Amino acid sequence: MQPRRLTLALTVACAFSLPAAAGTVEVLHWWTSGGEAKSAAELKKMIEARGHTWKDFAVAGGGGDNAMTVLKTRVVSGNPPVAAQVKGPAIQEWAAEGVLANLDAVSAAEKWDTLLPPVVANVMKYKGHYVAVPVNVHRVNWMWANPEVFKKVGVEPPKSWDEFDAVATKIEKAGFIAVAHGGQPWQDNTVFESVALGIGGAAYYNKAFVKLEPAAINSPTTIKAFDTLRMVRKHMDKDMPGRDWNLATAMVINGKAAMQFMGDWAKGEFAAAGKVPGKDYLCLAAPGTANAFTFNVDSFIVFAQKNKDMKPASDFASTILSTPFQEVFNQNKGSIPVRLGHDMSKFDDCAKKSAADFVASNKSASLVPSFAHQMAQPSAAQGAIQDVVSSFMNSNMTSKEAVAKLLEAAKKK
Amino acid sequence: MTASRQGAPGFSLSRFADTILPKLVIAPTVLACLIGFYGFIGWTAWLSFTESRLLPKYEWAGFVQYVELFGNDRWWMAMQNLAVFGGLFIFFGLAIGLIMAVLLDQRIRGEGAIRTIYLYPMALSFIVTGTAWKWILNPGLGIEKLLHDWGFNNVVFDWIINPDFAIYTVVIAGIWQSSGFVMALFLAGLRGVDDSIIKAAQMDGASLPTIYRRIIIPSLRPVFLSAFMILAHIAVKSFDLVMALTAGGPGFATDLPSIFMYQHGFSRGQLGLGAASAMMMLFTVAAVVMPFLYSELRRERRG
Amino acid sequence: MANLAYHQTTHAKVARYAIYAVLGLMVLFYLAPLFVMLSTSFKSLDEIRTGNLLSLPGVLRFEAWQAAWSSACTGMECTGMAPYFSNSLKMMVPAVLISTLVGAFNGYILSMWRFKGADTFFLLLLIGTFLPFQVIILPMAQVLSMLEIENSTARLVLVHVIYGLQFTTLFFRNYYVTVPSELVKAARIDGAGFFRIFFKILLPISIPTIMVCLIWQTTQIWNDFLFGVIFSSGDGQPITVALNNLVNTSTGVKQYNVDMAAAIIAALPTLIVYAIGGKYFVRGLTAGAVKG
Repeated sequence: MQPRRLTLALTVACAFSLPAAAGTVEVLHWWTSGGEAKSAAELKKMIEARGHTWKDFAVAGGGGDNAMTVLKTRVVSGNPPVAAQVKGPAIQEWAAEGVLANLDAVSAAEKWDTLLPPVVANVMKYKGHYVAVPVNVHRVNWMWANPEVFKKVGVEPPKSWDEFDAVATKIEKAGFIAVAHGGQPWQDNTVFESVALGIGGAAYYNKAFVKLEPAAINSPTTIKAFDTLRMVRKHMDKDMPGRDWNLATAMVINGKAAMQFMGDWAKGEFAAAGKVPGKDYLCLAAPGTANAFTFNVDSFIVFAQKNKDMKPASDFASTILSTPFQEVFNQNKGSIPVRLGHDMSKFDDCAKKSAADFVASNKSASLVPSFAHQMAQPSAAQGAIQDVVSSFMNSNMTSKEAVAKLLEAAKKK
Repeated sequence: MTASRQGAPGFSLSRFADTILPKLVIAPTVLACLIGFYGFIGWTAWLSFTESRLLPKYEWAGFVQYVELFGNDRWWMAMQNLAVFGGLFIFFGLAIGLIMAVLLDQRIRGEGAIRTIYLYPMALSFIVTGTAWKWILNPGLGIEKLLHDWGFNNVVFDWIINPDFAIYTVVIAGIWQSSGFVMALFLAGLRGVDDSIIKAAQMDGASLPTIYRRIIIPSLRPVFLSAFMILAHIAVKSFDLVMALTAGGPGFATDLPSIFMYQHGFSRGQLGLGAASAMMMLFTVAAVVMPFLYSELRRERRG
Repeated sequence: MANLAYHQTTHAKVARYAIYAVLGLMVLFYLAPLFVMLSTSFKSLDEIRTGNLLSLPGVLRFEAWQAAWSSACTGMECTGMAPYFSNSLKMMVPAVLISTLVGAFNGYILSMWRFKGADTFFLLLLIGTFLPFQVIILPMAQVLSMLEIENSTARLVLVHVIYGLQFTTLFFRNYYVTVPSELVKAARIDGAGFFRIFFKILLPISIPTIMVCLIWQTTQIWNDFLFGVIFSSGDGQPITVALNNLVNTSTGVKQYNVDMAAAIIAALPTLIVYAIGGKYFVRGLTAGAVKG
């Protein structure tokens, strides 16, 4: 425990020169299970090595719904945690409420502007100041496939949405489920997002789903996207409503289903089942999106504290971005490090591909934020869009009606 | 029968203490009620007239949130679901509770054990029951699979995944949880009915069903009211059950106003809209429940 | 009406069998979910995957129970449900006792010491019952921080007492309304005061209603999730929150057997209270708590 003792000694030394050198790092998160909890435990260790006390504040369930409620009560009562798991444009919303602290000191000292890809850095900044620290980059437009099933059926995984219908039909005729899916609003949107990107391309996606331009939404392309979603919907099994995404992944793992559209956190499930990428399962870009990349960046916002002590927050942020943490955390979670130029040699093939595509798509302007995962809009508009897509999936709504409702939803900025 | 409850006029100092003491003792409750219920309702009402998003803001913004609420499809769907769920839940809850109480009142062997079995679901958290029922109703895991395994291959029982029927599964789980309690209320009421009236009716040659229909059940009026109040309050507040069972899905087929409010007010950063929906919920409840409560309290005073 | 005479004709016999049949079917309906939960908790994950809902476990395995109690992970802590169990107990006992006692006093005052506006107040209290709890989250958080109550248990006790009072008051008031007021009048003429009448005369005859309140409040408070998740923090969380954290895994293999065992553990105290107190419950309701 030599390094640890060293840091301890350093902290003690600092304690004499600086008041309040060590503090309590209370972080609200919902990494409560599997690889995520393991990663959080790693974080705790590293924070403690810097001499702070870690106060775990995990609220599971509802994809963070409960955590958000708890966070609001804490902020309203004037007692916010040091940091909380908040991402995308919601960062700006929180900053606009005037409750966040800025990370100017640590971001300048560690040169975040050169360390982070500009796309990511922009999301973390409010009026030019860093108010949040990014953790990782998830790619959402993946299609996870079971090669065994495709071999048995005698077809190749579809490369475009046009050939998808025929392939899926053949898979079903052979007695397999074509698409493993869980009927929850965010999963419905995850599929729709890949469909829309595959049908319309990155430029259209940006106009329609990031900038919410009425002309782009009210277009034949959107109609076609909904038509395609309806087609994909037909290839899902009837038991899907309410199913958790990891159970859908399990259907691909054990060869009941051929493919699933899900972000790269699904990899954790394959890994847990002892499967090897490329051999037991394939990580392919969703049809028609091979050159594009929908990103989903987890991040933490830091709150202004009553005692004005920024040390815990700075140390927390610095730990998050440190190479050792990025390495361990992202291998557990399935994502890729958010640091530019991170050595990917210990990562699996899917992560390597993801990292390469991230850089490539950034150059070709086809790196887009995932709207299904709250990266593109503030929560109100995002929720309204999610409602439309989910209603469409679960009713007989026509594509035209869906577009009209989407136009309504887009007004909610 | 409760005509003269007024304390006797004070004769002495100790009598004076007696007029002050009751008020003093009940004061904390009055305070808690005024702040904890009506103060908070007032606060919510105020927020519903603001543009509050993530956190409360107090600048007046007029009726914008109500306009948005009334134009929201999902809200109307949730209200409609509440009407269907509430109606069926209360009706069947009362009916099943009453029937079971009457049957149990027929000198049944093992009554105590049966009663406990009917009552126990009330002891479980909605999170627990939701999880269990989700399993049982899931076509791939539960009843449908069971029946298929037994050779009934044509049976379809997919209510929980069928948007047109999912709301009924919420009713089933809700009734399972609450009807035992209603049964206990009715059973208690039945035990309290004056035997001499029944004997007299029997002398007159009335049959047992007639006695129940004409004499006993009408005399249970106050029990009906208590049971109605309890079921109505469970129906309106239903949140955990739906979240655990269907999370409002498929789509928004089982969305309820309480879920709508929670999601908009807390996870979506539309606190103002959430507050407006909460106010509408309260108005709806008040419109349905107030007349009942009022008339019953007046009857009691007169009675 | 247990003493209604029965005509033992064939007709009546058939009716009786029918009654037992209906009651028996209902017993099955009520027990089915508990059975499913119990049998699942004793199965291995493979058995759960391959078998069906009603199949019995091949061997009784207690691993899931052990895991749920002492080693299952809820987030970073792998302590099982045990510590949260005691958190819930520490919060429930004072909250139940205080709300019952205050409710008894309120009922006593609202029925025997009526003041001007007593009915209006009672009506206001009853309507408050319908307030969706989600509404009070934010203002309550502000009030709690103004009162500077930091301790999770103290916060939860306070919140549960405030929002449990309507029911305890309702139960006691409706019971005391049926008690002849002559009893109290006579005591007052004998010189007994406010507290003396309550403790010497009314409380001793209120056992059934007290039981109803204890059972009702225990159930409500033990099973509460919303207040628990909002107003507690870290290691002060009640068991329902731990159960939620355990069941709602966002990654990893879903351990249904551990989930079910944990769910049953979380429900055990209230189940025991119902099994023991069930008969008092009906008796207490008979004593008058059911009147409107």
